[in-house]
Amino acid sequence: MGTIRLNQVRKVFGDTIVIPGADLEINEGEFIVFVGPSGCGKSTLLRLIAGLEDVTSGTISINGTDVTDVPPAERRLAMVFQSYALYPHMSVRDNIAFPLKMAKLPQEKINKAVQLAAAKLNLTDYLDRKPRQLSGGQRQRVAIGRAIVREPTAFLFDEPLSNLDAALRVNMRVEIMQMHKDMKATMIYVTHDQVEAMTMADRIVVLNQGKIEQVGSPLDLYNKPNSRFVAGFIGSPKMNLLENETLGVRPEHIALSDTAGEWHGTVKFAEHLGSDTFLHVDGGSRGNITVRAVGESSFYAGDQIWMTPDKDRIHRFNQEGRVIR
Amino acid sequence: MARKQPVVRTLFVTVLAWIVGLIMFFPIFWTAVAALKTESDAYTLPLNWLSTPWTLENFGIVQDRSNYALYIRNTVVIAFLSTILGLCFAVPAAWSMAFAPVKEPSISWSGKRWLATIFLTAFVVGLGLYALNWDLTNRAALGLGALIITTVPLTLWVFSRNTTDALLWMLSTKMMPPAGALIPIYLIFTRNGLVFKDWGWIDLTEWNLMDSFWGMVPLMMLLNLPIIIWMLFTYFKEIPDEILEASRMDGASLWNEITKILLPMAVPGIVSTCLLNLILAWNEAFWSLNLTNRYAAPLSFMISEYSSPEGQFWAKLSAASLMAIVPILIIGWFSQRQLVRGLTFGAVK
Repeated sequence: MGTIRLNQVRKVFGDTIVIPGADLEINEGEFIVFVGPSGCGKSTLLRLIAGLEDVTSGTISINGTDVTDVPPAERRLAMVFQSYALYPHMSVRDNIAFPLKMAKLPQEKINKAVQLAAAKLNLTDYLDRKPRQLSGGQRQRVAIGRAIVREPTAFLFDEPLSNLDAALRVNMRVEIMQMHKDMKATMIYVTHDQVEAMTMADRIVVLNQGKIEQVGSPLDLYNKPNSRFVAGFIGSPKMNLLENETLGVRPEHIALSDTAGEWHGTVKFAEHLGSDTFLHVDGGSRGNITVRAVGESSFYAGDQIWMTPDKDRIHRFNQEGRVIR
Repeated sequence: MARKQPVVRTLFVTVLAWIVGLIMFFPIFWTAVAALKTESDAYTLPLNWLSTPWTLENFGIVQDRSNYALYIRNTVVIAFLSTILGLCFAVPAAWSMAFAPVKEPSISWSGKRWLATIFLTAFVVGLGLYALNWDLTNRAALGLGALIITTVPLTLWVFSRNTTDALLWMLSTKMMPPAGALIPIYLIFTRNGLVFKDWGWIDLTEWNLMDSFWGMVPLMMLLNLPIIIWMLFTYFKEIPDEILEASRMDGASLWNEITKILLPMAVPGIVSTCLLNLILAWNEAFWSLNLTNRYAAPLSFMISEYSSPEGQFWAKLSAASLMAIVPILIIGWFSQRQLVRGLTFGAVK
């Protein structure tokens, strides 16, 4: 079990409307990622699901039961915070055991569960240390251990990796995905990093100014963005938006030639990454265009270049930013 | 690299610090010296160090004349109980102010609406008085009516304020001169806060709060409560909200959240708050002198016994003072590190 359903959930802080009204259905075992720029309300939405904030109106139900007015302690959800939020006065063992102690489980069961979780997360040698004696990655593991030990209905992650360095972040990302595969639990993951969203999610929820812009699988969002916002947010490097932002074409969907093509331009910079080359082209009246070329591209700064966009992969938007199909 | 101070400057600052320190210590030193002299020598100026017959007799006399053990017991009871009682009220108060603050006043009415509230209350009170057939020329009835008419809107206003206002209001009670509240408190003490003492089924005529722990402990707690709440509030503010939220997600009840997470994390702050409160309650004199005289009289009362209409007994007064301050001085000495750490906790973090 682990379905979560939001029905017209609205959140207002004083005079500011943070979430104007969100509808969302999360299925059992899904890995959902909330993504959007900072201040788009993604963390607030997660905190509403957790029960750490009260909804202004609308309902939230978990497994079909309305939990709108149920305190967080009784929602049977687990949360991993960005700051880890470990209890600094407790050892790692006590940190992981805390939710079980609160659930009043017998001591032997608690010990067994803690050992199991610690083994899974490579924390067995650190069980008697205090959180301040651990590295960032280890702290993050403890926070995850504290979440998994209770076998909750769903896991909530609030930007859990943003305090880690880049290399560790990739490792932890894989570990969390592995965890999801093993446990088959519902997970909701908040991030502002679209790469994290694309790599981890079963379905992505793109938020913009509190509104859900689009919900779909990573490739759905990539191939069929509903709006200019989603088109610009998903994909790296960003989609080129041309002709008063009514026409969008991704850098990887432009064919190059040094003799003929649809658009003409001058290469301003070339980023040779080895696997790819990103060309930043001055397209004259069209403005700047980014193009992805093969790794051993022979174009350099100053070269004249002809570009031809893939006709089937051009996105057209109306003045409001909605896609025209 | 630390900036190098010129030697002269260091010397100057050191000497100045010593001078200021000695000036501050001088009264205690003088008290100690006076306590070791005979009563007549204590008056003599200039002080003659060589010919003064030093003596310990004053301590003996103080012990004979006043029951030191009783006074110290009373002081300990009042100081410790008021501190513990204070914590019981201050921890929940500081928790709610630090972690669930009221950001906007819960009632934000216009002046018109407040005026309407006052008139409506007045109308209802008048109606009530009329219905009860009270004589409106009776001053007691008018007084009660006026009290209700001012209290109701004032209560609504006070209890709808946001947390910052509430904190400031609490602190402002410490700005009021205590003498201003003496008469009301005195009356409350003699009457147990009640207008009628004999209720028929229970008669409280024989019992009152004067000169009793029942009166002194809550009073001392209330006197220092604003300070305890303020200090705890600042310590609690240092604890990240996310940790308490994590405990809520982990299924902790409010009780567990406070006792298992918040209090253990705030131990240094709580200890220094208790120490400060202990010192304040130990040294308190104004209320003790006015509201106790025998059964619940603390050490400050003992000291005052040696300043009587017959004259000031300087030597004995000094001896009594020394005996009163020594225990708290020892506690303060051993906990100075904790105290300083606690008082600067918020500032240096």
